[in-house]
Amino acid sequence: MASGALAGKTIHELRALIAQGAISPADLLDDLLARIERINPSVHAYLDIDPERLRQEAEAQLRAAPRGGRLYGIPVTIKDNICVRGEETSCASRILQGFRPPYDATVIERLRREGALILPRANMDEFAFGSSTENSAFGPTRNPRAKDLDRVPGGSSGGSAAAVAADLAIAALGSDTGGSIRQPASFCGIVGLKPTYGRVSRYGLVAFASSLDQIGPLTKDAEDAAILLSVIAGQDPRDSTSAPVEVPDYVAWLKASPKGLTIGIPALPGAEGLSQDVRAAVDQALEAFRSLGVKTVPVELSHIDKAIATYYIIATAEASSNLARYDGVQYGFRAADGAGRSLLDTYLDTRSQGFGAEAKRRILLGTYVLSQGYYDAYYLKGMRVRTLIKRDFDEAFTRCDAIVMPTAPTPAFRLGEKLSDPLEMYLSDIYTISANLAGVPALSVPCGASPDGLPIGMQLLAAPFREEVLFRMAHAYEQARRG
Amino acid sequence: MTYEPVIGLEVHLQLSTATKLFCGCPAKFGSPPNSQTCPVCLGLPGVLPVLNERVLEWGIRTALAFDCEIAQVMKFDRKQYFYPDLPKNYQISQYDQPLAQHGHLDLGLDGRTKRVRIRRIHLEEDAGKLLHEASQSQTCIDFNRTGVPLLEIVSEPDLGSSDEAYQYLVELKAVIEYLGVSTCNMEEGSLRCDTNISLRPAGDSALGSKVEIKNLNSFRAVKLALEYEAKRQAAALGRGERLPQETRLWDAKGLKTEPMRSKEEAADYRYFPEPDLVPFVIDRQLISRVGEALPELPAQRRRRYQEAHRLSAYDARVLSQHRAFGELFEGALRAGAAPKPVANWIMGELLAHLNAHGLEPEEVKLRPEWLAHLVQLVDEGTLSGKMAKDVFAQMLERGVDPLQLVEEGGLKQIVESGALERIAEAVLEANPKSVADYRKGKTNVLTYLMGQAMKRSQGKANPQQIAELLKHKLERVTP
Repeated sequence: MASGALAGKTIHELRALIAQGAISPADLLDDLLARIERINPSVHAYLDIDPERLRQEAEAQLRAAPRGGRLYGIPVTIKDNICVRGEETSCASRILQGFRPPYDATVIERLRREGALILPRANMDEFAFGSSTENSAFGPTRNPRAKDLDRVPGGSSGGSAAAVAADLAIAALGSDTGGSIRQPASFCGIVGLKPTYGRVSRYGLVAFASSLDQIGPLTKDAEDAAILLSVIAGQDPRDSTSAPVEVPDYVAWLKASPKGLTIGIPALPGAEGLSQDVRAAVDQALEAFRSLGVKTVPVELSHIDKAIATYYIIATAEASSNLARYDGVQYGFRAADGAGRSLLDTYLDTRSQGFGAEAKRRILLGTYVLSQGYYDAYYLKGMRVRTLIKRDFDEAFTRCDAIVMPTAPTPAFRLGEKLSDPLEMYLSDIYTISANLAGVPALSVPCGASPDGLPIGMQLLAAPFREEVLFRMAHAYEQARRG
Repeated sequence: MTYEPVIGLEVHLQLSTATKLFCGCPAKFGSPPNSQTCPVCLGLPGVLPVLNERVLEWGIRTALAFDCEIAQVMKFDRKQYFYPDLPKNYQISQYDQPLAQHGHLDLGLDGRTKRVRIRRIHLEEDAGKLLHEASQSQTCIDFNRTGVPLLEIVSEPDLGSSDEAYQYLVELKAVIEYLGVSTCNMEEGSLRCDTNISLRPAGDSALGSKVEIKNLNSFRAVKLALEYEAKRQAAALGRGERLPQETRLWDAKGLKTEPMRSKEEAADYRYFPEPDLVPFVIDRQLISRVGEALPELPAQRRRRYQEAHRLSAYDARVLSQHRAFGELFEGALRAGAAPKPVANWIMGELLAHLNAHGLEPEEVKLRPEWLAHLVQLVDEGTLSGKMAKDVFAQMLERGVDPLQLVEEGGLKQIVESGALERIAEAVLEANPKSVADYRKGKTNVLTYLMGQAMKRSQGKANPQQIAELLKHKLERVTP
């Protein structure tokens, strides 16, 4: 078989091949690692690839993997902010460089239990702060779908998305705090799911904004996303915010026809920034749904125009607190602390040198909004608006099963294009952020391309813990598109 | 002008649960540095806290003992500041929705009862410890204490003197000891306390500027610091100065308080709700279950001892100071002893022994029935008061029943009349001068003669009997 032929397949295809004995997990691993070695230097989806070490590590995992597992022999690529025991987990930040967690995140444990091989260190924006993966302290990732590799893959899970899109990964895990799975999935032309808040354990996910973060899959199709979610979802006694809600058989739900379901279509804020190509692609997708027997109704999400402002208060407040622990005392980077340097000097030097510009910007913002005298005006008000946004969704989901809107206002932009204007960068999450604030699940699925071939994604949102609705609709849509 | 102090106290108690507040690490004191840690209490990237249910239960137990209202919903908040003993650089504490509020503690003060209101009781995690002993230029951190559960009990400023503050602490400690939720050991840091004091013209209702005092490592230090501070503030006010709101440190060597930081320098802790822990709806059934299991508390015990055993208010207070005292007392009564002599042994010899050796009542090998036996031996006249004290000391030292001690040591008083008779005669024969003196009317020589008789009997004679015998012989025999 030609090199990369296996790397390009989906989990469900490979599972079948392994089950039939047509290929072995070792064949798959060889094929994938060879491709990573060849392609990664130009895409930079993975940080620090050492193929030999990766192979040894993966082979050791394979020997320990349970043969009956649902992911037996399937490599899963892990974003650099999910703790893998003994593997460097740096969040693409200098301040955590060299940090090797002594424990596995719950999602990693669950993947291993099903026989998956863990491929660590997909690139990302530092601490998941960004929408382009340009904020990685170790160099940006490039969008493999763009000719000349001149576009960003989106972010912050840009490494995970680019790896899947470039067949450098079978599937990947990312994290989504304001769109960090869905926006890169849309830019790279793959499927990305942010599950309901509380659906997947956050234990072992290095926290950005604890009340918004969720781990989710980035995959080549909806079926793979359903398979991965089935494995990683479910309550975890180590995460008090994980929900005691039963995990349905998502894969079984894929086969259910979406006929009779209703899609809600909201009026969108920021219409001036919405590209014509994206609008047209989403309209066309809605047409496809109608022909599948899905009804459409208008719904009102009257507060989502406040989502970005609300988000940048709540998310930065939590981030400023979550990142306080990076002080050079116990682990990670510590600035040189020679004679005459005080404790305060060590803190200041370590954090000044260890954090990148965007991390500093968010720590400062978050510290400010929590400060005495500003708390009520910012954080408390932000929490109130968040409640209103959540109510908008609750209300909307009494009238429809899913809401459809673009994932991002534009296809992938050029590297450097928005780097100097943080606000412009923040606006690329305008449609994804409300799902995190409301805690609802949202899935991005490819729905077309711009004239120059850049992928466009559409976003499906459902009521809390109704991920099966998303899989069912996305799968039917994929089948219809494929014709 | 006379001023009256307005005093409040904040007490931090380490709960002696087996495990820490948010992880499964042991919470034991005194283990080798960093032997009781895990990724959660070390605050490593990616970890999350999970509330120890036992801590909630013990918190409720304590709050109920102070008659607090338990919150319907409590939540945790992050208190943020940078310090190397705090691995996350924030402490998970409770800010505006604490575990419990609006309780009180009644103090029995010479015949009157003073009610001190408890403002709030909340849960929080302890920090680690910085160790400077290794070298001059380096500081080491022991994270064993990080995440150990703390209960903070905050009083209203209802205390009117350093003495009342002292009594409050004694009573609070007794209550906690009865509950069994903390070892209350200030040296090991399982009980810590800060106090605040302001002065106002006697009779006024407005409050003056509050001075907080930290670094208090004993109840005595609290008392001394408050006395010092009341004087310092009164003098300053007397000079017409305005006192700033500030935090001061107690200097236990110099016996004075020193400024630590002013109000302007106070840290902004940027409290906000802990997003990793959802607000807790406290189960009403749990509260009633914990309430039903509440033990008798010192105040109730005091009342019972006065009413049922006719003890004085003072005796009842001393006996209820420690739970173990009550157990000894009541056990000895069950074994047949009368209340007052048992109380006297506990308040006298036992307390003196504890103070002399710096022991806690639980650390003493003493069974209630032994106390009853001792009382019985004295009652029967087998042991004199002095001998009983020796027996008591040996009983504590060796952990042996007094009945056994008396048997094996031949300590029984000589009550057999023949033996006493012989001793008395021998003493009179050996001291003709004293006998003559007595007969001349100098009856105080009897004491000397008694001493001689006791000596001759090697202390085993029953003093009352020998005195009577000597007297009888001296008065009967005439020249």
